[in-house]
Amino acid sequence: MGNILVVAEHRQGVLRDISFEMMAIAPKIAEQMGGEVIVLLIGSGMDEMAKKMSEYGVKVMVIDDPLFEYFNAEKYQKILSALIDDLKPAVLMTGQTAQGVDFMPALAVEKKLPLVAEAIDLNYEDSTLKATRQIYSGKVNATVAFKPADTYLVTIRESAVEAPEPSASGSVEKLDSPLKEDISYRKFVEYIEAEVGDVDITQSDILVSVGRGLKEDKNLPVIEELAQAIKADISGSRAATDAGWIPHDRQVGTSGKTVKPKLYVAMGISGAFQHLAGMKGAKTIVAINKDPEAPIFAVADYAIVDDMFKVVPALTEKLKGLKG
Amino acid sequence: MKTFVCIKYVPDTSEAEVKVNPDGVTVDSSRFSFDINDADNYAVEESVLIKEDKGGEVTVVSIGPKQSDVMIRMAMAKGCDKALRVEDERIADHDPLMVARVLAGAIKGQEFDLVFTGCWADDDGHMSTGVALAEYLGVNHASMVKKVEILDGKVKAHRELEGGLMEVVELELPAVLTIQTGINEPRYAPIRGIRQAQKKELNVAGLDDLGIDPAEVGSDASQVIVENLYIPEVESTAEFIEGEPEEKAEKLASILVKGGLV
Ligand SMILES: Cc1cc2nc3c(=O)[nH]c(=O)nc-3n(C[C@H](O)[C@H](O)[C@H](O)COP(=O)(O)OP(=O)(O)OC[C@H]3O[C@@H](n4cnc5c(N)ncnc54)[C@H](O)[C@@H]3O)c2cc1C
Ligand SMILES: Nc1ncnc2c1ncn2[C@@H]1O[C@H](COP(=O)(O)O)[C@@H](O)[C@H]1O
Repeated sequence: MGNILVVAEHRQGVLRDISFEMMAIAPKIAEQMGGEVIVLLIGSGMDEMAKKMSEYGVKVMVIDDPLFEYFNAEKYQKILSALIDDLKPAVLMTGQTAQGVDFMPALAVEKKLPLVAEAIDLNYEDSTLKATRQIYSGKVNATVAFKPADTYLVTIRESAVEAPEPSASGSVEKLDSPLKEDISYRKFVEYIEAEVGDVDITQSDILVSVGRGLKEDKNLPVIEELAQAIKADISGSRAATDAGWIPHDRQVGTSGKTVKPKLYVAMGISGAFQHLAGMKGAKTIVAINKDPEAPIFAVADYAIVDDMFKVVPALTEKLKGLKG
Repeated sequence: MKTFVCIKYVPDTSEAEVKVNPDGVTVDSSRFSFDINDADNYAVEESVLIKEDKGGEVTVVSIGPKQSDVMIRMAMAKGCDKALRVEDERIADHDPLMVARVLAGAIKGQEFDLVFTGCWADDDGHMSTGVALAEYLGVNHASMVKKVEILDGKVKAHRELEGGLMEVVELELPAVLTIQTGINEPRYAPIRGIRQAQKKELNVAGLDDLGIDPAEVGSDASQVIVENLYIPEVESTAEFIEGEPEEKAEKLASILVKGGLV
């Protein structure tokens, strides 16, 4: 039997989107392999979350213990190592998230099992499990096949697929934890919330956003002038915030903010999926990039392939003129 | 503090057209410019900052071709003390578990407090090598680290979670930390450092020199196969605005104004 064990993810009392997104992939693989989906929840005070996951018509197994109030990679590894032996799942799946990347590779090494990280799709055909993943920042797709193994480990990219609607009622079962005592090598200390800046870009109507294409911060006035002309706030890609050109709280993307402005103007931003995930919900997207192959164009409504420094100053002038 | 820092020589494909070779499983990299992986650059800086603060020694480890010596020398110009470059055709470098196994073989048996890797390689981006390496070395780890505080026999690591939330954890040393970009401001190599780097020790080794069994890290040992590579179709529904830069600007401005977007 080819059961799919899905490690659902939650944080600060809330299930994370990836847990639902995996419900678009796991049932498909379970059907192809002839098994069922088992969702595993590890945490403390899990009743609500367990019920919510069971609404996908799956069997939910819960390890509910104050010992697991906070995620801890070593505890997860110990529990999953034991469960792989007990349940012998055909596939062990979780998200390619700050949580998933923190334990899956170590688990793969410990159990001598294969791992494919950050799959965007998964298929079981001709008795082979195959994953699609992206390399070179999304410019190339790779089909990766697993050699036959007892359990395949795979992590799924966030926002790669849309979460389905809950479908049917499933079941919830408490599981006795294979790990009974605390582990002392690694301790949770605290969470530190993201800093709050002068402007909350999640509330902005218009964002002009810059990336590595800005080249250096002395080029920023060109962008500021455009922003002023159309009463926009300035945001940026991670490359722009890492470089210190714009403040960290103005970063758009998975590790920054998710924004939904009426207008988003992306300049010198390639459109890595971590960035797209944070802005593809904008109503209208304009992208200016000198690389015609830039992935940002996939989500754009209006596209200009050119040097931003040739286009943007002219754009600012025209807008000033038109708006009087 | 004795630190190892693992760095990878990667192509910059942000502005380049990427083509798959006729073999269907490799990318034509002949026209790419290569340099240190972005996150690894921050890892190098962090290791040097810790050395400057606490004393000790930093060793660079890289699996890669002769051409990457330039990158390794640059890391030494910034303050790393010595380096080991591993070069061996038999390494199944498509599989991060195999890469981690080789890195572990290069480090194992030597004393260390910290091992740094980048959290993500810009080319094949598995986000797996560092955490797998920790398991091979049998030490603690924390991934996606954006702040490091060295305590007595311990390290406090600030892990970057989604949405910018930080999770602070405390680990016992020795430990592997995978470093996230933005943790510091990588320095430029000083001229004096560049001169000194030429005299620093850069060893080159193959699997046999390191006592690593090729059968454990080759394509037979890897349990995954890259079957084919292809360029994904970018299905753009965008309206591409054509013309000279001035014309493009003018057309876009009128679209934005007429559409009531600004
Ligand atoms: C765990 C993790 C989390 C991440 N979270 C985020 C996140 O939240 N947000 C985010 O943005 N990224 C995030 N990233 C990083 C992401 O993978 C990319 O590295 C980043 O988005 C690249 O930023 P960029 O597009 O500005 O730079 P690049 O990818 O380097 O692109 C620069 C672009 O500018 C163009 N360009 C250059 N010069 C010009 C010019 N003169 N005129 C016009 N165009 C020009 C180039 O053609 C290129 O397309 C994350 C990465 C990791 C590993
Ligand atoms: N060939 C290599 N040589 C040295 N370090 C590497 C190599 N490949 C990967 N790494 C390290 O592993 C990190 C993560 O890579 P990855 O798991 O592929 O995303 C990189 O940032 C490097 O620090």
